[in-house]
Amino acid sequence: MDFNQPTEDNLFDRARIIGKPHARIDGILKVTGRAPYAYERHDVVANQKVGYPLCATIANGRVTHMDASAARGAPGVVSVVTTLEIEPLGRAKSNDARLFGGDVIEHYHQAIAVVVADTLEQARSATALIKVSYEEAPGVFDLEAAWERLQGTGEPLADVGDVDAAFAAAPVTVDEIYRTASQSHAMMEPHASIVDWSDGQQMTVWTSNQMIAWTHKALATTFNIEPDTIRLESPYVGGGFGGKLWLRADAVLAALGSRACGHPVKLALPRPMVFNNTTHRSGTIQRLRIAANAQGKITAFDHSAVSHTLPGGSGENPVNQTRTFYAAESRRVSHQAIDMNLPESADMRAPGEASGLAALEIAMDEMAEKLGMDPVEFRILNDTQVDPEDASKPFSERHFVECLRQGADAFGWEARNRTPGAMREGQWLIGHGMAGAYRGALTLNSGARVRLQGGRLIVETDMTDIGTGSYTIIAQTAAETMGLELADVEVRLGNSDYPVSSGSGGQFGAASATAGVYAACLALQALIAKRLNLDTPRFENRRVVADATDLALADILDGEELVAEDTMHFGDFQDSMQMGTFAAHFVEVAVHAHTGETRVRRMLAACDAGRILNPITARSQVLGGMTMGVGAALMEGLTADLERGFFVNHDLASYEVAVHADIPQQEIIFLDTADAASTPLKAKGVGELGICGVPAAVANAIYNATGVRLREYPMTLDRMIDQLPEVS
Amino acid sequence: MNPPSSVQRRDDTLRSGAESSSVSFVVNGARHDVELDNRTTLLDALRERLKLTGTKKGCDHGQCGACTVSVNGERINACLTLAVMHDGDDILTIEGRAAADQLDPMQQAFIDHDAFQCGYCTPGQICSASAVLEEMQAGFPSHVTNDLTAPIEITDAEIRERMSGNLCRCGAYSNILKAITQVAKERA
Amino acid sequence: MRAFSYERVSDPAQAAARAAEVPGAKFIAGGTNLLDLMKHEIEIPQHLIDVTGTGLNDITPTSGGGLRVGAMVRNSGLAADPRIRRDYGVLSRALVSGASGQLRNKATTGGNLLQRTRCPYFYDTAMPCNKRAPGAGCAALGDGATSRQLGIIGTSDRCIATHPSDMAVALRVLDADIETVMPSGKTRRLTLDEFYRLPGDTPEVENALEPGEMITAVVLPAPVEGRHAYYKVRDRASYAFALVSVALIKTPDGSGRVALGGVAPKPWRREEADAALPKGATALMERLLNGARPTQENAFKLTLAERTLAALLAQE
Repeated sequence: MDFNQPTEDNLFDRARIIGKPHARIDGILKVTGRAPYAYERHDVVANQKVGYPLCATIANGRVTHMDASAARGAPGVVSVVTTLEIEPLGRAKSNDARLFGGDVIEHYHQAIAVVVADTLEQARSATALIKVSYEEAPGVFDLEAAWERLQGTGEPLADVGDVDAAFAAAPVTVDEIYRTASQSHAMMEPHASIVDWSDGQQMTVWTSNQMIAWTHKALATTFNIEPDTIRLESPYVGGGFGGKLWLRADAVLAALGSRACGHPVKLALPRPMVFNNTTHRSGTIQRLRIAANAQGKITAFDHSAVSHTLPGGSGENPVNQTRTFYAAESRRVSHQAIDMNLPESADMRAPGEASGLAALEIAMDEMAEKLGMDPVEFRILNDTQVDPEDASKPFSERHFVECLRQGADAFGWEARNRTPGAMREGQWLIGHGMAGAYRGALTLNSGARVRLQGGRLIVETDMTDIGTGSYTIIAQTAAETMGLELADVEVRLGNSDYPVSSGSGGQFGAASATAGVYAACLALQALIAKRLNLDTPRFENRRVVADATDLALADILDGEELVAEDTMHFGDFQDSMQMGTFAAHFVEVAVHAHTGETRVRRMLAACDAGRILNPITARSQVLGGMTMGVGAALMEGLTADLERGFFVNHDLASYEVAVHADIPQQEIIFLDTADAASTPLKAKGVGELGICGVPAAVANAIYNATGVRLREYPMTLDRMIDQLPEVS
Repeated sequence: MNPPSSVQRRDDTLRSGAESSSVSFVVNGARHDVELDNRTTLLDALRERLKLTGTKKGCDHGQCGACTVSVNGERINACLTLAVMHDGDDILTIEGRAAADQLDPMQQAFIDHDAFQCGYCTPGQICSASAVLEEMQAGFPSHVTNDLTAPIEITDAEIRERMSGNLCRCGAYSNILKAITQVAKERA
Repeated sequence: MRAFSYERVSDPAQAAARAAEVPGAKFIAGGTNLLDLMKHEIEIPQHLIDVTGTGLNDITPTSGGGLRVGAMVRNSGLAADPRIRRDYGVLSRALVSGASGQLRNKATTGGNLLQRTRCPYFYDTAMPCNKRAPGAGCAALGDGATSRQLGIIGTSDRCIATHPSDMAVALRVLDADIETVMPSGKTRRLTLDEFYRLPGDTPEVENALEPGEMITAVVLPAPVEGRHAYYKVRDRASYAFALVSVALIKTPDGSGRVALGGVAPKPWRREEADAALPKGATALMERLLNGARPTQENAFKLTLAERTLAALLAQE
């Protein structure tokens, strides 16, 4: 099915099920511990062995020698595969570093061997017996030094109007440097796979992955085998946040181990290896200049940035939102991804925008203050309804101003502290801050298959549910379209035997995958119409109704299974407009006047993200983004050893993510602004919008509380303690 | 469910030199006698030997709480304890909480409040949540308890602090708080 | 984790004797730190002696008006004991600021004292560490190293690790003693200050215990009247190790005692600094942290320690 123009009024505008709050249909499996995650599939194949990885302990160079004899002779060990024994594996487009094979080390904790044994205890201890010699090469690890070196170089991604003239003429300007930290996805389930490649022919992979089709393809490329010999399942994913978009070493090592020992092999990356072995969000250094006239109209943006990457990667581009978020006649943005020998940087929740808005929205706050304007009003004044770089491209829907107004009202913005450092409760300084948020609303082609079996409908798609609520919103979509009830629908996800969907990433999943399910349901309707010879039948109350026909779906063709499949293709017309999601975040913090400890006391987000398919699961997505945003603001940061070239805090004790005690009352408002240009359901994503802007809102609140303007994340107390008021 | 452990803790000194041991414990009411590599954690004994995979391994180093189970009525991290040290113990995992299709109140409250997303930390959260209510009832102080000598007042801050050993990267914390509060109110 | 044999003992003296007798033996109680370290092969015992059944589970009054806390008393049980909550508030508060509810249910009094540092370079066995492998060097002192969490005083040019315990900081300010039993069956008593060793040239030696010697109890002197407070400063609100922690007992006459956590290889207290408490946080910290050798990254701990104490003093 093609989606070639904005949708007309349709059944989703009169929905019974879509847009209504439904508890997750997979909830019961999750609260009883019965949802099967990758490493736990004892039932799928017999005689599973356990693999354990050995990872390199240099950042750059070669493995010169490996002696695995002791490991091979250790109790319970059935196979050892070292990187020196095999040629470099193929490198899928989505992998910057090779995952295994050959002697080249491109980053710390790159996998260099897998030991397979009967038990984890045996595999783990045997792994430690492998002796490795390296030839270490110097590496580049210091982003700060790269930033200094690159001043004045690089081609802009956009250069519109006359930026230099605008700054020369502007009565008010901001020009500051901002720094965001490298971050780890730190999903609760580590990367894990069971692979059965015991015959070296057919490969079955039970894994934890967001993108089945990409990873299926990556496996074929990596091992240079035919795609049709590979089957992949990932029905439950214990969190991803971008960290499980790609094929990673867990599946590769399990596959190699399986082939070597002739048994299925399961392997989970040990948590202390996840941080350097897999991907992370690169830190950034950003210079932001804003020019405005005396009335508060922005006349120019100049945003330049660096991030790090392995050769071939794209780093973390934090400047893109600056091209589209606010009106201004002139703008210049540039980003340079610097080749460095740190682990592989790649996408993490709202790649780009999460980091870019963390800087831009502080700069906006600084500008509002210089102008003497309310930061909410300042943003309203600079709203745009068209692409600021191309006025012929309107936003399909943009209700940012309503987000700002409704959010401000609900938060009580009027009653905020207006003088930095002036509001105090005991030893705590109280502050309020806000930020705008913008994240693109991408759609990707997405397919599904539906099976009508009696009165039940089974939906099959390789879409994944990584906590996002895919199971539930897909069931809602199918039930709505087919005139069924939610309980009539069974949803099967995350299997490469199913039609290729958008997958989960880039906040495109919910909108794209439900559109694909809708397309498949329409194909089923057409099939039913054809088989029953009906003209424009209606599907309602579990029945098909047309002229003289009024038949229960359960009774069609005596319950014969009817199968239909289709893919929603999104047409070029979407390129003629800007499609985005918008939010306004409001935060209250308390900063301890003595210690500089910051605790968030309340948060509110007002979101404009298309039709909300399920307010329960959508709300949870935004809550999750806000929570991760608090982490980004206050505590999360991978710290590189600049000599040795690795992230030192590579466990969950030293890489701190927010805990219960960090997260206060959180309130979310959805404008529920249907976007007819996005999908037939008029839906857009919301899972990444929730993190966008939150770090800056916290930063602005810290400034409001203390009068200390921080421009480097995470905003830990050591960055401000010398600037806090005298106490002794 | 069976009455608690019929297994007696062994008093005898085990022979040294052997790298495996036999251990008996009761899990969710059922007695298990197993011979285990001494290195096996309680977590791996549950997940790999008994195939009770509801208890999760998030970090295996006591840094996330996904492996929280109840042992003799107290919550602990199953990843940082050896199975062989639990001879005679009575263990409750997430699989032992729901009777047939009847969820326990905390499980139901988690569904009612969408107190999870990916679901991986959820069994540990539920186990901790139940224990937290009991610990407050028993008067255990916490980091945010104002008066160490007074009975514990059930507040949002108390619940949040006591739940802080269970990470949820999906960020369901505020919904988890609502779920726990609902159960606390039902009990009050 | 290397293979090991395992036994249970029911008597502390027997435990000590066995530990001296069996090569590579180590005690295990709560296991919350030891197993973590064994998985990393930072600790590689060949034999574990399970001492949880040694009957050291009670908190009993001493003739001196204090309390004897058995080494196997769990952190949660100790924090919740009504006598501790009433008379040793600083200890109760320190305990509940550490780790998580689950870990405190398992961790013991003796084991808490024997926790090893959380220095990330100690934890990554690929990194040189004089504590883990004497003479290997100290990665934390490298040019590109990160040291924000590490020590500022009492450290050496071989090791700048801190001791991670909160409980021990409170015990130090309480003037608690440690009772042990030797393999010979002889018992001895050490002050907490004697118990912990500074790294000097031998950072691998962390305490005064001799081979096989086992902690049997912590002895709390008679209660010190006054205000007991423990302020732990960390990046997130809970479940994190201290950047700086301050244990304070302020007696009704205005004098008192202060010990710090998160700054040194042992709970950090100087009795001569306590004398300056009536003059305020600045005066006290000048003496308590005199001689500090922070790194560029952790120099903030000097300011933070002073301001944290000032915060406590201002809370009266």
